[in-house]
Amino acid sequence: MSAAEKLHLHSETAQPLFSVRDLTHLYGPEKGCQGVSFDLYPGEVLGIVGESGSGKSTLLSLLSGRCPPDRGSVSYRDSEGNWLDLYSASEAQRRTLLRTEWGFVEQNPRDGLRMGVSAGANIGERLMAQGVRHYGELRAAGIDWLQQVEIDPLRIDDLPRTFSGGMQQRLQIARNLVSSPRLIFMDEPTGGLDVSVQARLLDLLRGLVRELDLAVVIVTHDLAVARLLADRLMVMRRSHVVEAGLTDQILDDPQHPYSQLLVSSVLQP
Amino acid sequence: MNAQAQTQYATEVGYNFAYLDEQTKRMIRRGLLKAVAIPGYQVPFGGREMPLPYGWGTGGMQLTAAILGAEDVLKVIDQGADDTTNAVSIRRFFARTAGVKTTTRTPEATVIQTRHRIPETPLNGDQIMVYQVPIPEPLRFIEPSETETRTMHALEDYGVMHVKLYEDIATFGHIATSYAYPVTVDARYVMDPSPIPKFDNPKLHMSPALMLFGAGREKRLYAVPPFTRVVSLDFEDHPFEIQRWDECCAFCGSQDSYLDELIVDDAGTKRFVCSDTDYCMQRRDLEEEGAQ
Amino acid sequence: MYVAVKGGERAIDNAHLLLAKKRRGDTSIPELSVEQVREQMPLAVARVMSEGSLYDPQLAALAIKQAAGDLMEAIFLLRAYRTTLPRFGASAALDTTQMQLTRRISATFKDLPGGQLLGPTFDYSHRLLDFALLAEGEQPGPQVDPQAELSPCPRVLDFFAEEGLMAREVDDGAAVPDITREPLDFPASRAQRLQALARGDEGFLLALGYSTQRGYGRNHPFAGEIRIGEVEVWLEPEELGFAVPLGDIEVTECEMVNQFVGGKGIDAQFTRGYGLAFGYAERKAMGMALVDRSLRAAEYAEEAQGPAQQEEFVLMHCDNVEAAGFVSHLKLPHYVDFQSELELIRKLRKQTCEQPAAEEQRV
Repeated sequence: MSAAEKLHLHSETAQPLFSVRDLTHLYGPEKGCQGVSFDLYPGEVLGIVGESGSGKSTLLSLLSGRCPPDRGSVSYRDSEGNWLDLYSASEAQRRTLLRTEWGFVEQNPRDGLRMGVSAGANIGERLMAQGVRHYGELRAAGIDWLQQVEIDPLRIDDLPRTFSGGMQQRLQIARNLVSSPRLIFMDEPTGGLDVSVQARLLDLLRGLVRELDLAVVIVTHDLAVARLLADRLMVMRRSHVVEAGLTDQILDDPQHPYSQLLVSSVLQP
Repeated sequence: MNAQAQTQYATEVGYNFAYLDEQTKRMIRRGLLKAVAIPGYQVPFGGREMPLPYGWGTGGMQLTAAILGAEDVLKVIDQGADDTTNAVSIRRFFARTAGVKTTTRTPEATVIQTRHRIPETPLNGDQIMVYQVPIPEPLRFIEPSETETRTMHALEDYGVMHVKLYEDIATFGHIATSYAYPVTVDARYVMDPSPIPKFDNPKLHMSPALMLFGAGREKRLYAVPPFTRVVSLDFEDHPFEIQRWDECCAFCGSQDSYLDELIVDDAGTKRFVCSDTDYCMQRRDLEEEGAQ
Repeated sequence: MYVAVKGGERAIDNAHLLLAKKRRGDTSIPELSVEQVREQMPLAVARVMSEGSLYDPQLAALAIKQAAGDLMEAIFLLRAYRTTLPRFGASAALDTTQMQLTRRISATFKDLPGGQLLGPTFDYSHRLLDFALLAEGEQPGPQVDPQAELSPCPRVLDFFAEEGLMAREVDDGAAVPDITREPLDFPASRAQRLQALARGDEGFLLALGYSTQRGYGRNHPFAGEIRIGEVEVWLEPEELGFAVPLGDIEVTECEMVNQFVGGKGIDAQFTRGYGLAFGYAERKAMGMALVDRSLRAAEYAEEAQGPAQQEEFVLMHCDNVEAAGFVSHLKLPHYVDFQSELELIRKLRKQTCEQPAAEEQRV
């Protein structure tokens, strides 16, 4: 690696990928989220934890371009190095981002998959939206990604509804990752699954995140999931972020009384 | 042709030439000009209630009424034939309300209103095709919301169209859409060519005739201007193909026209005949002349 | 095959003759007059006028007679006639507070200024077939007091508005769109929406309103006020500069009062659903008012879950002339498309039949 390349690499990781300032959207007093700011760096995994109703999911909608905030900004640095203000960007830019450099893994795979078409078509959709017009290529990508998420490639023509819950979730992940995104949002990705299935999925996710150097924002109420995947955590309560920091730090030595309560209420792994 | 001059041709008392009032015709013509300027784009228009039911060609009839002049010669086909009841009924409507000359011969017609076919006889630059369209939105069966489909068109967000084609190939080994086969017009808008068989799609490409499409119930019109690129959606390694028959027409022997299948006896014996009755007739006339 | 052209024309002519015969029925029975329909089937006339969106009892009665009693066909006939009529202008807003009432009820107050006026209604009749009507001969008309007078009846919902419990509907003075001249666009304005609902099918609106009561988008309705009567129509011609009365029309107006707990910066208050129909058409007006309120879900930041709250779904499917036309077009020939499907199915079957054989060979 040349010095120039090293310098470039250094500047690439030294600059945030995603920058959030004073993000606020309230449905009622302390319902929603307010005053949230943070930076996310390439390859970094940010966990958002808190009980239901704390504003986690609202925050995720705001971050991922699904719901315009009352105030505040969300900016993203694209693969060309240009900063884009999510909510002043055009609808076309936002949509392009959502189907290329970004991904979104829904809690319920039914919301993130096209249930009426085969696994292969689900995986190929993003590529087709980007203009791939070669059936053979789409097919090859489908088989490759099924293998990467540990689904038997022979099932490429099966409908997602014939898959188990864990397989559907893995298929949803493959469908998102096929376009080589840089940033993935996840909403309780292990939410509806059995414990043993959860463990396998988490393992797979952790491997893929490291391998593909993905930045991830993951919402979860499960601290074990957070510990396994997240580099940093934000603890939310009643629309506010009450504590933020490195995952180990927060889980092993929580400062805010609410974080302490949250941590003490679950068994340590 | 001004309104006064046209009025004297009207044969039905109490109605304007070609039924619609001149204001409405002007409104439709403005829509048509926009449609021609943006090939394949669906222009909303203030569709009127016609004295025929929605779904029976009210969109096509409004377009025909808006462009018809007293000197025009009108041909109306349904399923390729001039003799089907709906074609008869629409032809009569314009014969009564506009008093225009009608014909069944494709080369003689200046305006051809059609449901589900494009004539086999090549069209020329002096002809206008008017298509009756039931559902103008090619994305409708994937996305039911109009607000969303309009956004998808605006952003050229068409990836999902290929999902359907991919699925066909994965399931059947080839694309299984046989009519109302979606096309890209002038490398921009995805368009429903109306429920013509895909056999007719290639006739849209670089046609010298102006193609107008009207959907009355949905209140949309769109156009393919002469000499416009019209490409049927496909994959590089699964190119678009049209239907072929092993049989030929039982009347005229044509091997390259679209054939209708007839069941001629209780044993289910089949015969195949041209769906385009005028084309078939022309070929048989030529044969007779040749024999003489 | 050319003979068939003439055959098609003759078939159509014959079909028309047969229909005329069917409509006339047994010729030994006197023919029904348009006047009889107009005077003795006023509720059918009202429905045809409303959904045909043309106030003309005589033509509506003619349409009913011509359609052999098929009200949807009659609505279609009236619409096709209406579309050819020139527009002189838009009337001034109807002032329904000045209605000559024949019926006025409120379910929200036991008594109120002007009182409850039951008027002609099926509501409290026992639904027993009246065989007296079957008997031949003249029925004496019922006796009513021609001297009966009404005290003024202020609108019930205005009481709530006075108290600030309900937002007043304010006329912003903007030009009213005409959905019969300009296509609907979405999201639709309330004016467009009310026009579409006023033309909408009574059965469809009734079913949708009913679905909200059963929980598919509940909106806690009360029949705030229903009033039926004659109201004056005024027009202000541009060249005159002042309004002139054109005549009276009978209308049914329904205002629903709906609970709203507040949210999204709006205080808890009552909200309103509005229904208006030509003639005596209570069921239509009530269904319309329920659906109007349902479609205001976005305005009140309510979660839209029920079918009655989906604007595109309701407005694109409520018109029975459009619906009947598109369903009936299935009767038109589809030989060509069907031939394509036939060819495709055969091709697909050929493949699946051949495939197992090929696999066996491999074994």
